[in-house]
Amino acid sequence: MIFETIIGLEIHVELKTSSKMFCACSTQFGARPNTNTCPVCMGMPGGLPTLNQEAVRLALRAGRALNCEINRVSRFNRKNYFYPDLPKGYQITQSELPLCENGYLDIELDESEKTETETTLGKDAPSRCIKRIRIARIHLEEDAGKLIHPENQPVTLVDYNRAGIPLIEIVTCPEAISPKAAVEFLKELKSIMEYTEVSDCRMEQGSLRCDVNVSIRKKGDEKLGTKVEIKNLNSFKEIQKALEWEQLRQQKLLRTSLPEQIIPETRRWDDIRGITVPMRAKDGARLGCIAPEPDLPLLDLNDSSMLHFLEESLPELGAQKRNRFVSRYGLSRYEADILTKSKQLADYYEDVVNNGAHPKEAANWILVELLRLWRMSEHREIPVAGQSLAELIMLVDEGEISRNAGKTVLSEMYETGKDPRDIINQKGLAQINSENEIKKIVEAVLDQNKNAAADYKKGSTKAAGYLMGQIMKAGEGRVNPNIAREILEDRLNKL
Amino acid sequence: MELYKLTIHEARELLRKREISSRELTKSVLERIRATEGEIRSFISIDFNNALKQAERFDKMQKKSELHELPDLAGIPYGLKDNICTRNMRTTCASRIMEYFSPVYEGTVVKKLRDSHAVLIGKLNMDEFAIGSSGETSIFPHTRNPWSADRVPGGSSGGSAASVAADQLLFSLGSDTGGSIRQPSSFCGIVGMKPTFGAVSCFGLVPFATSLDQIGPLCKDVTDCAIVMNAITGFDARDKASAKIKHPDYTTFLIDDVSCMRIGFSQKWMAGNLNEDVRNAIEKAKAMFEDMGAVIEEVSLPHIEYAVPVYFLISSAEASYNLTGVDGIRMGYEKGAIPELDELAEYVGMHELGSAVKKRILLGNIALCSEHYETYYMKALKVRTLIKQDFAQAFEKLDLILSPTNPDTAFRFGEMQDNIVKMYEYDAFTVPVNLAGLPAMSIPCGFDSKGLPIGMQLIGKHFGEEALFRAAYTFEQNTDHHLKSPLLRHPQ
Ligand SMILES: [Zn+2]
Repeated sequence: MIFETIIGLEIHVELKTSSKMFCACSTQFGARPNTNTCPVCMGMPGGLPTLNQEAVRLALRAGRALNCEINRVSRFNRKNYFYPDLPKGYQITQSELPLCENGYLDIELDESEKTETETTLGKDAPSRCIKRIRIARIHLEEDAGKLIHPENQPVTLVDYNRAGIPLIEIVTCPEAISPKAAVEFLKELKSIMEYTEVSDCRMEQGSLRCDVNVSIRKKGDEKLGTKVEIKNLNSFKEIQKALEWEQLRQQKLLRTSLPEQIIPETRRWDDIRGITVPMRAKDGARLGCIAPEPDLPLLDLNDSSMLHFLEESLPELGAQKRNRFVSRYGLSRYEADILTKSKQLADYYEDVVNNGAHPKEAANWILVELLRLWRMSEHREIPVAGQSLAELIMLVDEGEISRNAGKTVLSEMYETGKDPRDIINQKGLAQINSENEIKKIVEAVLDQNKNAAADYKKGSTKAAGYLMGQIMKAGEGRVNPNIAREILEDRLNKL
Repeated sequence: MELYKLTIHEARELLRKREISSRELTKSVLERIRATEGEIRSFISIDFNNALKQAERFDKMQKKSELHELPDLAGIPYGLKDNICTRNMRTTCASRIMEYFSPVYEGTVVKKLRDSHAVLIGKLNMDEFAIGSSGETSIFPHTRNPWSADRVPGGSSGGSAASVAADQLLFSLGSDTGGSIRQPSSFCGIVGMKPTFGAVSCFGLVPFATSLDQIGPLCKDVTDCAIVMNAITGFDARDKASAKIKHPDYTTFLIDDVSCMRIGFSQKWMAGNLNEDVRNAIEKAKAMFEDMGAVIEEVSLPHIEYAVPVYFLISSAEASYNLTGVDGIRMGYEKGAIPELDELAEYVGMHELGSAVKKRILLGNIALCSEHYETYYMKALKVRTLIKQDFAQAFEKLDLILSPTNPDTAFRFGEMQDNIVKMYEYDAFTVPVNLAGLPAMSIPCGFDSKGLPIGMQLIGKHFGEEALFRAAYTFEQNTDHHLKSPLLRHPQ
């Protein structure tokens, strides 16, 4: 039996606003519990919501970047359910008429991921293909509070700082894709949210969260299989593992002719055991009715205060940038991929190039050396100015210092933020390019290694290598190896 | 002089001339409350000390001439329906679950009145969460009608109406979702107004049905009503429903002249279950308007007969989700650790909410559930639109519509307990106004054979308060119903 896995994603993205969705409370992460609250977001009786237009602006950027149709008029609803993290007893969302609908995002997949629906890319990347993931809707909603379960204490605490923080929920159409492709999609989506400055997308802080649903069907079947939802996924790695595990579980049940054991349910990813487990009924909130939101007017983009949101220009997105990096800077797809993973890194790369570094060299230095020191996931400033790195790269190119010395200089720059020239001078790392000086070193080495010179005469090429090593050692690594090699060969041939 | 008997405008003149101080006025009011509260029971909370402090603070300010221009309500004692949040006084909504709720915020109207230096005396009794038309769903001792102690004051703003009628306050604020200001005003023989939807900010009003709720004044006469309107109306960024308009000086509408005013009336309303005395009083009022030069025209509002069921559907639906927050997590008794969430929800439902409230929540949930959503709720919204259109069409040719406020006068306690449908009929004249978001006023227009006051309702067009005030003022200037006071059993 050949199975097909159908995967749908529901992604919650916290919008990068400074205040909450319906009140003026701060959205600052990590504030003392329950300090970023007010009668409105605490759902105190008599508090009334007012819409934060910045949230609308950001949601529209997301919608446009994801090729959505924009509804000029959309509506807010109340989703009623009883759970302690929801102070009002309902969530304000857009279940009926969302802000954005019918979008898509193209992702690149390895050829091995290809099914009939994908188109192969041109000869530029013969091993890759394009898959279009359709986006059903993007709507605005507010976040709930956070339950905290202190260890060894039989209590649950609630922090309402997060309650009312603006979110967009992105819902994809279920597609026949692999778990790996689903994660590729999420990575691309994350990059777009960052590029468009819609969100920080910090999964560890919960500003990007994803629920997935999976169903399996026999290939060729029209009807979709039973859908299972998985929650509690906190990283891309977990998402992929959970999808793979759930795919396997359902396939096994189908294979053993126990399809009735696949029931429509919500399962929780248990990252310690590495399996999905059914969520206890009381883990899930009890969903009540959906009702209109009478406290908010229709969200009408024709309103003069919001009309210009649709005319805002969007920045170059990751995929566009990637292609440009390949064509303009002559980078490989792999290099462009990594450099454009975060906008911060891509901007940094271009800064280095614009300051005079050779594009290929700049990519090399950043990918190999800088990424050893600076991790993307840390979301820190890169402590080496683009201009300084460009200077360092040029110094290496021009032979002022050796590549190895360059690495030492970069580490020092990273630690201290000092200028490369200062470090080179201080540490005496400048390369010895003077023929006279090098000749002296070569003579001294030959004097001390008469045997090796003799071996060379007998035809041993190894001996030459050994002598070069000795020369570099004597020069403390600063000798220009090209010049040294020339002099050495010249000298040996004259023996 | 019995200062508590004064109207706002009378007291204002005396205060301005410094013939009385706010302290004297407030003391007089507090003594009146002491003497009559045992009989009327209109208050849930009274803050004697703070009331006097506010009055003294104002007197001091006036003495030092710190106030360049004395606001009309400066130094005037008033009360608030107990669903309007106050910072220094609990706000109970007459419900067990909110019995000890002390908000950390206050309603926009409270702030506005404080800025006007009005003196807040206390919080007034009401139906639980404003759900009810008699005051009988309050968990506190039920407020009695000052005109007859065995009768209800009306509701849900029963305490607000009774307190003003009994001269315990110079004015009060209430909230009107389907007649909750106008009906008790008519039962208690005072002037009560529901402004156009959006005229007064509802921030800080514990909601019943947000698309229908409106805060308004309950006063001794029409002039006072205009004065209070000046103080409480205005745009508020915190209430999205509040209108971004420049409000007029409502006192400029107090003109004793209705000549050429076109007033709509429907003869249909005179048939049916209308109390004979109410019918006569309304006929008399109509004739009086005609005598004074107004033109009475037959009005047709074809969909108004559906107003009551539509109102009940919409208000219940909105109440059901407005009350979701009152689930015991942030409010209600401290019961120690709760092992299961469901238990908490059940406890709240069983022990802390009254049956009228539970009925509304259930009805609302049924109406909103997916299988009934289209057939009930959406249909109700559509009919609401038709009712709005009916009024809009009628007002193309009219300045006002006149009707009884209620088909009958105040009923006895318990009389309606087993006859909910009849009680709903009491709302037939008032609920269409809320559905259409229009302004309306109930003014005294006579007494029935038992000596109980009768109210007449005037309905204006959207932000057509001008015609409303003008007609009401003219009627008042030419009648004396508003001057009669109830004889309390234990006057001082
Ligand atoms: Zn807040």
